[in-house]
Amino acid sequence: MTWYLVRRLAQAIAVVFGVMVLTFILLHMEPGSVARAVLGLKATPARVAIFDHLYGLNKPLYDQFGVYMWQLLHGNFGISYQYQQPVSTLIAQRLPRDALLLGLSTVVALVIGVPTGIYQAVHHNELVDDAVAGTWFTLYSAPDFLEAFLLIALLCVEFHIFQPTFPGGISSVVGVLTDWRALVLPVFVLSINSVANFSQYSRSTAITVLASDYVKVARAKGLPRQLVLTRHVLRNSLLPVITILGLSLPGIVAGAVIAESIFNYPGMGLLFWQSALAHDYPVMLGGTLVIGIATVTGNLLADVVYGVLDPRIRYVSQ
Amino acid sequence: MSASETLAFGGPAEAGEISSRQGAPSGGGRLTLAAFLHNRRTMSGVGIVALMGLFCFIGPVLYHTNQVTVNLAIINQPPGPGHPLGTDEYGIDVLGRLMVGGQSSLELGFAVGIASTVLGALYGALSGVVGGVGDGILMRIIDTLLAVPLFILLIIVASMFSLSLSVIILILAVLSWPGVARLVRGQVLALRNREFAQAATSMGSTRWGVLFRHMIPNTLGICIVTATFGIADAIYALSALSFLGIGPPPPFTDWGTMLTDGVNNLFNGYWWQVYPPMFALVLVVLAFRQIGDALNDIVSGGQTGRVFARRRRRFGWVPMSTRYE
Repeated sequence: MTWYLVRRLAQAIAVVFGVMVLTFILLHMEPGSVARAVLGLKATPARVAIFDHLYGLNKPLYDQFGVYMWQLLHGNFGISYQYQQPVSTLIAQRLPRDALLLGLSTVVALVIGVPTGIYQAVHHNELVDDAVAGTWFTLYSAPDFLEAFLLIALLCVEFHIFQPTFPGGISSVVGVLTDWRALVLPVFVLSINSVANFSQYSRSTAITVLASDYVKVARAKGLPRQLVLTRHVLRNSLLPVITILGLSLPGIVAGAVIAESIFNYPGMGLLFWQSALAHDYPVMLGGTLVIGIATVTGNLLADVVYGVLDPRIRYVSQ
Repeated sequence: MSASETLAFGGPAEAGEISSRQGAPSGGGRLTLAAFLHNRRTMSGVGIVALMGLFCFIGPVLYHTNQVTVNLAIINQPPGPGHPLGTDEYGIDVLGRLMVGGQSSLELGFAVGIASTVLGALYGALSGVVGGVGDGILMRIIDTLLAVPLFILLIIVASMFSLSLSVIILILAVLSWPGVARLVRGQVLALRNREFAQAATSMGSTRWGVLFRHMIPNTLGICIVTATFGIADAIYALSALSFLGIGPPPPFTDWGTMLTDGVNNLFNGYWWQVYPPMFALVLVVLAFRQIGDALNDIVSGGQTGRVFARRRRRFGWVPMSTRYE
């Protein structure tokens, strides 16, 4: 197990490094200059030259990459051209907000999805199964911006129940929580969009589990139906969900640009999108690094936790 | 063995990587044409897609509208005579626009779904057959591509080329093939040590012979499932891109662009600009996902269609009901 972990960690580091190299090359393939994007079209050539010199943009690409990586190893993510703030500060501000918004919606989707998946499995191939699956799949297939606007039209404009957007200038997670009435809609939209994921996986696992011998034995020895469902079926149906949870970790870190822009929620998605439009390389590289790390960590966590929870799985070191 | 069974798309397919890790019963499923044709869910999905295809591609031949020039005299008109679904904010007929937009959505969906599946399947099968260090390197490349945030690729490609439908198809295909590759590789790894593959090797078949004669045909079932889901995901992704403003300039349109324009006018009460594209988009995406879901059930052998139940009974083995009670 230890050797397996060491090997996976080495691979993870290689992947993150690959992501950084690829992003760096891709960013510099983009036409248009950073200096022009930041200083504007009327900037004189001399000012552009000063800007390029200041940020090392006139050096060869491998040199720039070397400098960037060296700074990164010292914990320096660089300074955003657009915001003139350290990238680490920007990310540290926005990451907790996204963790709150997307973490909460993932939990809501999980809490709705897994029980309905098991319910569907119990009533497998009946009308209820089709009806529930149809509902989740319809919500999954409708674009999230559409669901957001329809819900705003219904619940905010028509019935005045919730706030449609966050007030400007929210700062911390605490600030978000004090405006919880504004948090309800984005969480709801994001979660109804992903319930289908959880319910379909737990449904298909639960169908297999229900047909297995240990469930029949448990039922035959007289355990009540409810107890069998919670003790045997639910626990075993949670296994594939762990994989999906692990795979959704990068999504939580990357943010949800569409929901964020509709609900005026300044998270990572919006930061990333705006800096992509503004050629803000340090922010994009920093964001890529964070998302890359989250991706490999999510994969690793899913595999390891899976192995711990399911004794049938043993990792063999090669 | 009925005649229809010889028309098999693919051979015995193992359950995918994830489900084999769950210790689920693997194999058994066989994606045959008969299974496809006799499945209520696949056929209803195919019916919806076919109707939508007819509507979008034959519709404009029968129903002529001006989809190019702006006509300010008739903007935002509610449904009425002359314009069965009203007009949009440029005075363009919504029904006709629905057909034109559907053309680009469907073309993109099919192109991306098929291109990414073919590319991913070839790469994944290659990686699985090569094995060892080569496999490790090829898979780390996949991991890297999956970990690069989507926006970077989108923005860069969008700023390097002038956007047209084919460029968007290219972007989405590039973004979606790594997932397919990983899936197919898992499949090939499971198949590689099966008897038929070993038999082929022992009879002198080369690695490449095994790859093209045995591995790729045997993963066809799961590839068709992936392609179907890929089509749905691509149509959905195009609508998200349209919302973010990444797309070819007008008069190009797709259902996502129509929806985006529509929701911007939602609070003016122009419901006819929102609900028609919403209905079309959700219906088509849902239809493809239903086909994919049903095919997945057939391939993984978990929940078989009528054909399988009948065939099994003929062999004197009635599957025990999986129903819990």
